[in-house]
Amino acid sequence: MEEKIRVLIAKPGLDGHDRGARVVANSLRDAGMEVIYAGLQQTPQMIVNAAIQEDVDVVALSILSGAHMTIFPRVLQLLHEAGADDVLLTGGGIIGPEEMEELQRMGTGRLFGPGASLSEAAEYIREEVRARRARRGD
Amino acid sequence: MASRTATEDDIPDTEPDLVPSLDDLLLRFDEGSKRAAARLISIVEEGRPEALAILDRLYPRVGGAIRVGVTGPPGAGKSTLADRLVELLVRAGEKPGIVAVDPTSPFTGGALLGDRVRMGPVANHADVFFRSLGSRGSLGGLSLHTAEVADVLDAFGCSWLLLETVGVGQSELDVAQKAHTTLVVLVPESGDGIQAMKAGLMEIADIFVVNKADRAGAEKLLEEIELSIDLKEWLGWRPPVFLTEARGGRGVEELHQALLAHRRWLEEHGMLQQKRRQALESRVRDLVEDVLHRELWQNGTLLQSLRDGLDTIERGEDSPYQLARALVEQGRAALAVRRALERGHPREPKG
Ligand SMILES: Nc1nc2c(ncn2[C@@H]2O[C@H](COP(=O)(O)OP(=O)(O)O)[C@@H](O)[C@H]2O)c(=O)[nH]1
Ligand SMILES: [Mg+2]
Repeated sequence: MEEKIRVLIAKPGLDGHDRGARVVANSLRDAGMEVIYAGLQQTPQMIVNAAIQEDVDVVALSILSGAHMTIFPRVLQLLHEAGADDVLLTGGGIIGPEEMEELQRMGTGRLFGPGASLSEAAEYIREEVRARRARRGD
Repeated sequence: MASRTATEDDIPDTEPDLVPSLDDLLLRFDEGSKRAAARLISIVEEGRPEALAILDRLYPRVGGAIRVGVTGPPGAGKSTLADRLVELLVRAGEKPGIVAVDPTSPFTGGALLGDRVRMGPVANHADVFFRSLGSRGSLGGLSLHTAEVADVLDAFGCSWLLLETVGVGQSELDVAQKAHTTLVVLVPESGDGIQAMKAGLMEIADIFVVNKADRAGAEKLLEEIELSIDLKEWLGWRPPVFLTEARGGRGVEELHQALLAHRRWLEEHGMLQQKRRQALESRVRDLVEDVLHRELWQNGTLLQSLRDGLDTIERGEDSPYQLARALVEQGRAALAVRRALERGHPREPKG
């Protein structure tokens, strides 16, 4: 049996509601994943602490505050410091194409804009995790 | 557990070792790495082949933690209460671990593990370890490997373990077997008070909590519980009933005291030892059954005989009972052959 895919979903920052994050959480659960929902107002340190303890394959962030250019790199850095470079960092928000490219160059996975399809995101996560596990030799 | 911040696992900045060997993982576990502990938990949870070797190696260090089961209907406030209790425990110098189990969908295999949401800032304390589990293949609602996961955290140095599970299916009976003290959390709105209480709850509860005491009906529920406790005969420990308001932290100190009192009672009456022995018995029994079960079906011929037998039954030429008897014979014979083979090639005794 294939190892379960574990995903941490968090919404960093102080802005607004977490409806979008909850919708994504439900959709990934329905796609057969174990979704750890960390909720609102998570700092990068809290997110990485949770990712480590929950031993997730994926961290998915919903960032609507516009702070994506600081939060994604910070989470990447903290994951690296924790020896967890193999964790896939993905997420969504209102992120321009150039910014997406820049973040991906820094080491995030694919990022999703507002209109992205949920099933596409699930499919991407599944394939990317499979590839990373194969590389790791699981 | 390392009393450092949670994420510094001190991986040197050279080639990242993405395939750490088991020994390396265990070494880092010994050094207090939360990442290593989390990886070991995953291996145990997946029931991978190396899980038994890991648990065997950790076993000498297992047994120190006070294990508290927390169960009750969804939304009763179990996670919120656990968060408050953890805050208090950390202040008291303890190292709490939380294992929170939520149901896995039997249809998709997916699960939404939402207990972490209720954790406040204390979740980030270096002395706290929080792990969410899906119930996965378990029928009862508690993950099959909950006790083993708890063992890993116990060996890691957690001094208290809170095992949270939704009171559905058999999970509350399950958690009661795995914990030393079982906390049943109810709320005023959980129906017609005590009538709504599932059968068996009275038997497993060591402590009752009526949470959401800020809501109407809390006092009434408390009285109903007290009344039904009075109707039973108690040998020794009579479960106390507490009003709490987890969100505001009210009643949590009293609850902590009650947990300690129950612990003392268990110790003074030899009950802790008895509980441990019972848990040990069911653990070893499970392990044996697991191995035998796997060995039995491992070789595909038995399964093939079963399928062939079904055809025979469908043709009206056999009954399920005859078939089962034949398969038992066949299975026994196959196991005997394997034993004989193993005797021919004796393994080195384990050092
Ligand atoms: N009014 C009130 N709400 C509470 C109290 N404790 C928890 N809650 C709320 O009840 C909801 C469910 O709590 P949670 O801890 O997730 O329950 P669980 O499903 O039993 O783990 C959350 O919205 C909590 O904020 C309380 O004492 N009073
Ligand atoms: Mg909960």
